[in-house]
Amino acid sequence: MKSEDRSGEVKIGLECHAQLLTRSKLFCPCSTDYQNSEPNTHVCPTCLGLPGALPVVNEQAIKYGVKVALALGCEVQPVTTFYRKNYFYPDLPRGFQITQYDFPIALNGLVKIENKKVRIRRVHLEEDPGRLVYKGTIETAKYSLVDYNRSGIPLVEIVTEPDLRSPKEARVFLGKLRSVLGYLGVFDSDLEGALRVDANVSVAGGERAEVKNISSYKGVERALSFEITRQRNLLRRGLGVVQETRHYDEARGITVSMRTKEFEHDYRYFPEPDLVPIRISGLVAGLRAEIPELPDEKKKRFVSQYSVTQEHANSLTFDKSVADFYEEVVSKMPKTEAVAGSSAAVAGSSAAWVATWVADVLKGELNYRGISMREASKLISAGDFVTVLKLLKEGVVTERGATEILREMLDRGGKPKEIVKKKGLASLGSAETEKAVFEVLGEEQNAGAVADYKLGKKEALNFLVGQVLKKTRGRAEPKKINELLKLELQKK
Amino acid sequence: MIGKEEVGHLGWLARLELSEAEKELFERQLSSILDYFAVLDELDLDLDSETTSVEPTYHGKKDVVRADEPRAALSQAEALRNAPKTENGYFKSPRIL
Ligand SMILES: [Zn+2]
Repeated sequence: MKSEDRSGEVKIGLECHAQLLTRSKLFCPCSTDYQNSEPNTHVCPTCLGLPGALPVVNEQAIKYGVKVALALGCEVQPVTTFYRKNYFYPDLPRGFQITQYDFPIALNGLVKIENKKVRIRRVHLEEDPGRLVYKGTIETAKYSLVDYNRSGIPLVEIVTEPDLRSPKEARVFLGKLRSVLGYLGVFDSDLEGALRVDANVSVAGGERAEVKNISSYKGVERALSFEITRQRNLLRRGLGVVQETRHYDEARGITVSMRTKEFEHDYRYFPEPDLVPIRISGLVAGLRAEIPELPDEKKKRFVSQYSVTQEHANSLTFDKSVADFYEEVVSKMPKTEAVAGSSAAVAGSSAAWVATWVADVLKGELNYRGISMREASKLISAGDFVTVLKLLKEGVVTERGATEILREMLDRGGKPKEIVKKKGLASLGSAETEKAVFEVLGEEQNAGAVADYKLGKKEALNFLVGQVLKKTRGRAEPKKINELLKLELQKK
Repeated sequence: MIGKEEVGHLGWLARLELSEAEKELFERQLSSILDYFAVLDELDLDLDSETTSVEPTYHGKKDVVRADEPRAALSQAEALRNAPKTENGYFKSPRIL
């Protein structure tokens, strides 16, 4: 009944489409900088599918594709060619999409996530279709509006084998993929819709369904969970799961049958006669040399070089801009311990302390505001961050004060020292802290807590510490408050 | 040879509504094209061999690429000029589910 029992086993394979950060489109020189532009202003005869217009491949897109393939451990093929995939839909102006079929850029890769390996079947390039806009919802709209600005944006498609076993694994895999693509500098994960996923899902005992239109990284887990539950329910009731294509409705969190009558052979793939074969094996050595240290290697190095915890290493290296920011801060921190002749371990512990402030505090504030490190680094430079940590180390501000400075910089801007002055964040001296402690102990409303403490209820102390913090607006050091309170309470 | 049913399916894939007469006409025409290709299929070619395989000719070229340099696009008015229906800078098309 243990490992042999395959009933209910889930198999998930993903087709991930990521927009590549080229300056111009895949087959024409239209600019890819179309976000927030008026519709149909980044178009030309080629990406509008006008008769007689001919595609020419963007060399950079080929290079980016090869780079992605190498980073995912794939075998880059000697020659690559393009195909036409024929179907009619308003977002596809020519009636076919130029993609790859036989002779993709690369085959047979491997990506490690947590404790498992996910095989990559293939990596290929294709063009993004245009964008359809509906007035109201897709169900109620009377017609669709088409914007071809996105038509021809280069996509790299990464197809996995059905090696994923749960929605969570699928999310972890996508996270890893997003991280690697970001490191390569070929992909902007901050862009809305830059990574889109189709998933093949099956539960043992049934056919597989293809779920299309999972347009957000976060939507994957939800879409797959819904689909697996749907399939399990059908199987439990003795109804079969039919092979079909389903559409993920993000707003409702459900998958809906597309009732499509098109199958693979209906796409009538054939070689694109307007594009010639491209020999790519010659690019491999040069591009391999351009691949930077990737997240897994960086993670290992952070643990050994900076003595950060595994968890902090994960958090710091997921996004390259966070890792770079952290390393810049560490390099700018005063090396007082090291100068004093102490060991590398002490310097390491200081770097581990910085890790807490970047991975926990700063990233927490960024997540809360939904902004990326790249955006945040325009508001907080590594130098500013070092200043904040120095103010904390020197006791000018408390931990809470330091966090307040970071929040103010993110919300309203400004320099750390100015903010300390403007917001009165400087820590209180001993005399002022003592005064606040006396006041709290003398207040009528706290008499109960004092009595409780004397009766042996140690939790009462936390309440009193909280009262002092409140009175001092977090400018007194909690440790100091604690000591003073204990001392004074003993006298009572 | 190609059957009437297949012609009907191809029509559906192309989103064309074919009359019975058209289906018969296309059945004849497509069959004669396929027959012509069947003649080519009779050639005995070892596609894996360097000497006997015929490389696709395309235009007799390889490795044609362009540098990644953006160039001016059409204006919105130019882009939409041939469109039968437009709205607010968009092409207007039937809604397809
Ligand atoms: Zn174009």
